[in-house]
Amino acid sequence: MIRLSSAQLWVHDQDEALEFWTRKVGMEVRADVTLPEMGDFRWLTVGPPGQDDVAIVLMAIPAPPVMDEETAEQVRNLMAKGFAGTVFLTTEDVRSDYDQLKARGVEFTDDLQERPYGIDSGFRDPSGNSIRLTEVRDLATLG
Amino acid sequence: MAFVPPARHLLRAKDLADARYFERLGVDELAHAAGLSRAHFSREFRRAFGESPHAYLLTRRLERAAALLRTTDRSVADVCFSVGLQSVGSFTTSFTRTYGVPPQAYRGAHPPASEHALVPACVVRFYGRPQHRTFREDSTAAPV
Repeated sequence: MIRLSSAQLWVHDQDEALEFWTRKVGMEVRADVTLPEMGDFRWLTVGPPGQDDVAIVLMAIPAPPVMDEETAEQVRNLMAKGFAGTVFLTTEDVRSDYDQLKARGVEFTDDLQERPYGIDSGFRDPSGNSIRLTEVRDLATLG
Repeated sequence: MAFVPPARHLLRAKDLADARYFERLGVDELAHAAGLSRAHFSREFRRAFGESPHAYLLTRRLERAAALLRTTDRSVADVCFSVGLQSVGSFTTSFTRTYGVPPQAYRGAHPPASEHALVPACVVRFYGRPQHRTFREDSTAAPV
């Protein structure tokens, strides 16, 4: 059976991203390893407590020869414009989590709103990536 | 107003320990989250969960520290501070008492974090590729 293991997110600054995803969003560090044999490449992953088999890879934009400078600049621009992807998070109590994240300084781009599928909200990480935080309605109640 | 069982307030404190263990959190803050005096809170917490709030918070931190020792290459001091503890000496003592070995030995007894990290082949392929060098660069770089 194919299962979801991890998904990658480009970040401008791995330390800043780590701080955001752990201290503000509340995720745990899953791996943080720097590999000298790969030009000090840093493999950095975080994941939600209680969901041990899924992680987000916080990937720095590489320099040449891994990625040429022009492409790296394009990726940075895509992130800055908010088009580099979205992470969809769900929670059992979005109102409580929304309040907690706001109290920790997370700036929401979408405040809580009732949607047909549940209660939805959205914010960005420091790199500009879009993150949705949703309390999904019990599918059995959907007509 | 609906009746709220007293344990719900204690659970709020327990949730706070689980979520914010990496901050400078102590029993006073947990008691505050539960809305109880420190002494009353400690008593009730132990009654509800079978251990003191201090022990719960400490073991939560040690569990995370053990995970960081296994899965990261951060220094022991960094791991200690990352889980909200302030003293490396006290951390080492508590860790040794709990796991039977000091943090460094605990790390040594597990596979290196780089093996755990399971960096995928595509990343190794991209990042492991050397920078191309030309003969011209060789002759420029070589001392005459």
